Amino acid sequence: MTLLIVSPILFPLLGMLINALFGQRMRERVVGWVASFAVIAAFAASVVLFVQLSQSHGEPLRLTLAPWITAGALNVAWGFLVDPLSAVMMLIVTGVGALIHIYSIGYMHGDPRFARYFVYLNLFVAAMLVLVMADNFLVLFVGWELVGLCSYLLIGFWFQDVKNAAAGRKAFVVNRIGDVGFVLGMLLIFATFGTLDFETVFAQVKVRGESLAAVASLITLLLFIGATGKSAQIPLFVWLPDAMAGPTPVSALIHAATMVTAGVYMMSRAHVLFELAPTTQALIALVGAITALVAGSSALRQVDIKKVLAYSTVSQLGFMVAAAGLGAYVAALFHLLTHAFFKALLFLGAGSVIHAMHAAHGDVDPQDMRAMGGLAKRMPFTFLTFVIGGLALAGLPPLAGFFSKDEVLLAAFADNPLVFVLLGITAAFTALYVGRQIVLVFLGEPRSANAAHAHESPAIMTMPLAVLALLTLAGGAINLPGGGWLHHWLEPVLHEAAKPLNVGLALVFTLIALGALALAWVWYRDAQRARLEVESALGRFLLSAWHIDAVYHATVLRAFYTLSTICSQLIDIGLIDAAVNAVGRSARAAADQLRAAQSGFVRNYGLLMFLGVIVLVVYFVVVR
Amino acid sequence: MNVADLETVLPFLLLATGGVALLLVDLAVPQARKSLTGWLAFVVALAAGVSALALVSGKTMKGFAGMVQADAFAYFADVLLCVVAALVILLSLRYHTARGLMRGEFYPLLLLSLSGMSLAVHAADLLVVFLAIELLSIPLYVLSGFARPRLESEEAALKYFLTGAFASGFLVYGVALIYGASGTTALGDLRAALLDNPALTSDALLMAGLALVMVGLLFKIAAVPFHFWAPDVYEGAPTTVTAFMATATKAAAFLALMRVVAGFAALSPSLAQPFEVADALRPMLALIAAITMIVGNVTALAQQNVKRMLAYSSIAHAGYALAGVASGDATAVLFYLAAYAFATLAAFVVLIAVGSTEGNEDHRYEAYAGLGRRAPLLGVIMALAMFSLIGIPPTAGFVGKYFLFRAVVASDLTWLAVIGVLTSALSAAFYLRVLMVLFMREPETAPEAEPAALAADAPRMVAAYVSAAAVLLIGVFPSAVLALLTGGELVALVR
Amino acid sequence: MGLQNAINGIPLEWYLIVAAALFSIGLYGVLARKNAVAMLMGVELMLNSVNLNLLAFWRYLAPESAAGLAFAAFVFVVAAAETAVGLALIIAVYRSLKSVDPETLTQLKL
Repeated sequence: MTLLIVSPILFPLLGMLINALFGQRMRERVVGWVASFAVIAAFAASVVLFVQLSQSHGEPLRLTLAPWITAGALNVAWGFLVDPLSAVMMLIVTGVGALIHIYSIGYMHGDPRFARYFVYLNLFVAAMLVLVMADNFLVLFVGWELVGLCSYLLIGFWFQDVKNAAAGRKAFVVNRIGDVGFVLGMLLIFATFGTLDFETVFAQVKVRGESLAAVASLITLLLFIGATGKSAQIPLFVWLPDAMAGPTPVSALIHAATMVTAGVYMMSRAHVLFELAPTTQALIALVGAITALVAGSSALRQVDIKKVLAYSTVSQLGFMVAAAGLGAYVAALFHLLTHAFFKALLFLGAGSVIHAMHAAHGDVDPQDMRAMGGLAKRMPFTFLTFVIGGLALAGLPPLAGFFSKDEVLLAAFADNPLVFVLLGITAAFTALYVGRQIVLVFLGEPRSANAAHAHESPAIMTMPLAVLALLTLAGGAINLPGGGWLHHWLEPVLHEAAKPLNVGLALVFTLIALGALALAWVWYRDAQRARLEVESALGRFLLSAWHIDAVYHATVLRAFYTLSTICSQLIDIGLIDAAVNAVGRSARAAADQLRAAQSGFVRNYGLLMFLGVIVLVVYFVVVR
Repeated sequence: MNVADLETVLPFLLLATGGVALLLVDLAVPQARKSLTGWLAFVVALAAGVSALALVSGKTMKGFAGMVQADAFAYFADVLLCVVAALVILLSLRYHTARGLMRGEFYPLLLLSLSGMSLAVHAADLLVVFLAIELLSIPLYVLSGFARPRLESEEAALKYFLTGAFASGFLVYGVALIYGASGTTALGDLRAALLDNPALTSDALLMAGLALVMVGLLFKIAAVPFHFWAPDVYEGAPTTVTAFMATATKAAAFLALMRVVAGFAALSPSLAQPFEVADALRPMLALIAAITMIVGNVTALAQQNVKRMLAYSSIAHAGYALAGVASGDATAVLFYLAAYAFATLAAFVVLIAVGSTEGNEDHRYEAYAGLGRRAPLLGVIMALAMFSLIGIPPTAGFVGKYFLFRAVVASDLTWLAVIGVLTSALSAAFYLRVLMVLFMREPETAPEAEPAALAADAPRMVAAYVSAAAVLLIGVFPSAVLALLTGGELVALVR
Repeated sequence: MGLQNAINGIPLEWYLIVAAALFSIGLYGVLARKNAVAMLMGVELMLNSVNLNLLAFWRYLAPESAAGLAFAAFVFVVAAAETAVGLALIIAVYRSLKSVDPETLTQLKL
């Protein structure tokens, strides 16, 4: 029993260990299957735990592996928890993760660092499982950080290209900024409750109730800053589109099953705290909706097949975050689940396309949609599955995305008109960019030699596509409107009443989606339009995601750089010499003469120290 | 004086006598076999460390008429100092041969400096604080210039000496003023006198003395604005000496600083912390801590040299530990210093490995390009070190920062913890840059050093494994270290 | 006896003021002189002013215990050790640069 609870984490770790030690000497296939079976075993273990949990009617399974930090009032253990919420997340992480592992065997074929790739991939899954299975904030944070670390390693996996390495670092640093919020939130939780244990904290919240409102606002705000980093919300979403630099299955793993869902999961886990802070909640809903709109509109003009999906992910995460902000945690998790299916499907489908474009020798960028076209005939299976995923994303019934998106919109409709309008517009955009992508990639005539000579990918890559397509087709069934299975399942954790289906709303959005898809067909049948629209001012604005990166460069990064230069020159060498050095770079001879006239460094140090002495003495004797 | 007195400073005695004896023994060691002196010094350092470990207990003892104090904190620091010194000796064997520094006096000087550190952590009297600081500093001045006639080394030594002597002038003047104002230099008596006679706290002489003593100690830990020497000295000194200074000196000076702060606790005994920090001291300590964190981290961003970057990193971490001092939690501070020491030492393993190859010693970032792939072991150790310095779980650095910021928050200095968390997020940028260069960049020219040469040295590998293991184990099992620190009962820094 | 009385007649403050003046002169020497030897002399002056302080405090405030005297002796010893090491370092630099001006030592910076 003890071992069973942690076995989902142990299996990937074991796989990682085997490949790290012997991967170099084993054949490629063996490495791939060792890693894949490790995750499949983790999935099996998760299923067993899930069944046990349903037999015990949601009574959580707990395990304290070892004490970690015991100091005075603080007791933190390596504790793990399997309750309905974490069980669902475990199934998503291991299930989708296993499919992505299998797919990677085909996709990474022939890569010189094949074994290393699977080591990282296994570690990623293990880290994500630590995150969702933690029974206190600190262990959650361990998983949180490890996931960030793995994403850094995987996004920069093809570091030979400097751009990729930089993207990896960007992801890590941006995530660290979010982590600041999370750590501060955690410290504040400890200061308020004297513990970091989920159960104790939430129990205390229930007892102390409204008296905590003020501090809860601050805590949730800080935690939300952490979530904006991991779940790629404004203002910290900039890392995610760049994270496309990693191998495509990694994008699928990061964007669909693991990392980005961490923020949504964390907010659902701590929903008791969030419910005490209506101001934060409103802010969260608004940030989520704005992110959805900004990213959704940016996706309209991307020309890179993966960038469309990246901005789409940010946009869909906006849906989930908005739902969490509205207090509709079940809807958020439901959308998280269906999104994991169809976005993994879309990414793997895109990977299949890129693989084919890459394999057919030509001289175009294998990810540029303007060079594609007509792939439907050449890759029928990829086409079919991609369309299923795309229509689910667009929100057409009866695909999985329809039900979950509908629930989010329903929650917004009831509570917050502004959020509802923003999300509604985004839903139209979503169908438009999905249609645009399908038309540009698969329909019409090939627009390059690569596209003309493309072939269907091998079975090891198409099989995961088939499984994910089936899940996308049927996934909506787990939470049919009016109180489906997922609602009941999460009831013990989230205590949320189900809302009935609003037929009118569902009908309106289905029609909007159909209209947008038709518009895409009319506009983009002739690929010329896609080529021209990027050139326009609006096109450039959207292509660069509202210029947010440029704004960061001009403000935050430059400010840091300037500050750091100032500190290095002014403070450290002393005012006089900084001026000397500034001149000295351009005119060394002049600087040498100036320097001779100036006091030497050591004495400057002495002088500045003496100033410090005066400050200290004056403070202690006079000011105190 | 009796045997019990000797026991209170046994590690110090072993180190001091060992150092002096080794000076003589070294005369008999032929030039070709100076590593023998190194091994003897290693044995002495280990013996002192083991003696400290054996003496750790919950009891607090005073010796030599109250001049020194032996408690769990002091012995913990002793163990840390001796382990660090032993590892530095292991690292120096090959490095000194490669750099042509294999002169015997290095090791006795190291032991004597170490004995000064050991004395500093046992000090219960301002006179002993002064003596210990001098005893640890004077050999370090010489060691900084050990690579003479290399000019940077000489420059480092002279700068360190001039600023260091300047600072100790303030320190000793401060001690004299305190003696004049209170009639005593014993920290315990001082505390009692302040409790008896609160009017003393408005005595200008006493307060000026306190300020000046703080200056001397803040100089040793390299807190802003008394840090100017550190980057220059750390960069110019032989890398082994830098490793020793950045880790051991800092730990010793911090414990001495905390004892002094605790001695002045009675200024306003309003706090029942693990040790009290007077209300008069707290804001100033917190302010200096904040400025030190900011200046250290921000300036490190702009560095082009790994060794110099680590110097600024050491300033930044002094800021963090100082925040812990302001909060009055000695356990958190010492834990943090141990975590910092091992992570920094692990980083220096890589620097010393690079410095141990033929050719000029070059620590610019470019020189490290692709090193992580040519020598994966060094790459992994550097990665561990950087992660710990950033504070990523489950490394020692994370647990250390966690304890520290928790203590800071608990003492109502939340703003300081916020600055700490923000700056440590910022620090990820420059620590990760090292890893970027190590793993993700191709060298511009064909690498001079072969991987075999980088990893071949057995003593260095032992040091590498020990420091890396410490970084990980302290992170995963912090309770073991804490048990050593608290030793069952709450320790009073000054009694 | 007369001398003793004369000395006793001098208030403690005078000694402290002289010591502070000496300390300040030493401080000025360290900060203002462009010669490492002169800077070293400044440091020595600072340490010696402390000795004057210590002895005055001992004589006036706690003549019964030898702590002040012992302290002064320690300061002497430390000052001598510092001087020895400092001069050695200065000579080493002089051999390389033919100069004892610390301003010429500016290789390490920024």
